[in-house]
Amino acid sequence: MKTLLQRIYLWIDERVELQGLVEYMGKKYVPVHRHSIWYYFGGVSLFLFIIQVVTGILLLLYYKSGEELAFESINFIMSKVQFGWLIRSIHSWTANLFILSAMIHMFSVYFEKAYRKPREITWVTGMFMFFLALGFGFSGYLLPWNELAFFATKVGTDIAGVVPIIGRPLMIFLRGGDEVTGATLSRFFGFHVAVLPGLFTVFLSIHLLLVQRQGMSEPLDIKKETEQKTMPFFPNFILRDLTLWLLVLNLLAILAVFFPWELGKKAEAFASAPAGIKPEWYFLYMFQTLKYIPGKLWFLDGEILGVLLFGIAGFLWTMVPFWDRKSSRGEQNRFVNYIGLFIVIYIIIFTIIGWLA
Amino acid sequence: MNQIPEIPENKSKRDFLQWVLAGGVTAFLGAVLYPIFAYLNPPKQAEVEVSSVKAGKLSEMEKESGKIIKFGTKPVILIRTANDELRAFSATCTHLDCTVQFRKDFGMIWCACHNGKYDLNGRNISGPPPRPLDEFRVVIQGDEILISKKT
Repeated sequence: MKTLLQRIYLWIDERVELQGLVEYMGKKYVPVHRHSIWYYFGGVSLFLFIIQVVTGILLLLYYKSGEELAFESINFIMSKVQFGWLIRSIHSWTANLFILSAMIHMFSVYFEKAYRKPREITWVTGMFMFFLALGFGFSGYLLPWNELAFFATKVGTDIAGVVPIIGRPLMIFLRGGDEVTGATLSRFFGFHVAVLPGLFTVFLSIHLLLVQRQGMSEPLDIKKETEQKTMPFFPNFILRDLTLWLLVLNLLAILAVFFPWELGKKAEAFASAPAGIKPEWYFLYMFQTLKYIPGKLWFLDGEILGVLLFGIAGFLWTMVPFWDRKSSRGEQNRFVNYIGLFIVIYIIIFTIIGWLA
Repeated sequence: MNQIPEIPENKSKRDFLQWVLAGGVTAFLGAVLYPIFAYLNPPKQAEVEVSSVKAGKLSEMEKESGKIIKFGTKPVILIRTANDELRAFSATCTHLDCTVQFRKDFGMIWCACHNGKYDLNGRNISGPPPRPLDEFRVVIQGDEILISKKT
């Protein structure tokens, strides 16, 4: 007698030929070497994204968008809804850990040159997801409609406004008008819960499909070694992945419970920006850089220069598989390492200065 | 062999059809996308043009203090200086749109967002602001402070 589970499996297999897929997964191996640890951060990022989807949907059941409702509804979630404080705190913490984990994943891929041929598309889709994650962070930050978020959004959208030619229409598009108002909140809400998740899902699907299809990249220096150790993807690697996910979930629970996320003061359109105003930590290094660029430099406005510099840097970073031809040929490219190192150090130093200021 | 002379005829016919098709697709995309982009552009709200606002009573405002006044949809900062002058400026920082505040300890107008500083004449003196703050006219009628746009 077959068990019910086996019968269900056979029923599906008969129609969609699952067997081939199962065999394919069974033959997948993950390389084992001294840099293997970095393979786990993509999975951790995926896990954190899943948590965001789940907690985001839960928050959506009580959240109300609108100048007069947003702050109050989050207050309601945190004080009246059972475990509302936990869900909201986890959503906020996960947002930050997700960006951190995605950054670690991105830099490890960069330094291992895992973006090199044939994985250019995986890198580029990953970068798109990273930019979308920053968009998630920026749009989600406004949704509680508190003082900090209000001014952060004013500054952020104004920065978009200094981009030559397309800047002003872009700012109006983002704000839903000339000023940051309830119209901005409605738009950001729409971006946060519909537009960005939709786009993200497309890139995530391509990204994951490519990782499955092409397997894990191996670092250049490891490839030279003749004997290579591997580990089956299923169940060995998956189980290690899941163990780490469990640890991350525990870390999140600890953070959310012992360091609950503040709601702050409700936004007031006619109040001065409060002292000590700061964006989220992942925008801090850019924020701090803007403080140092003088108002006028030669013939350029300071912020235009800042925006152009960061824009060009972001573009070149995304395009690294196409200008780093050496790595694709299997040669060492120290220049790429130095650039990466410079950027990591720059981000760390400016984040710390911004944090202390 | 006798098929060769027919090629130019076919080609021009094909070219023509391709142009028609490309033109049709372009027109179709335009017809679909134009309303979407037009929809995304927020409509201009009819704003009441404000020329002056009441900013409270003089007797209620301390020396060396400042406050934000709602001037239509824009914030304006009203300052009473140490030597008892009243001045008003646009409170929107010329750098990145934050709202400035009066800092008694600096004796200056200060923007918390990027540490921009203006003197009490609204001139940008330190930090990133590229331009001075626009000045507003202050009129005192009895005990009432009135702020209006400079003409």
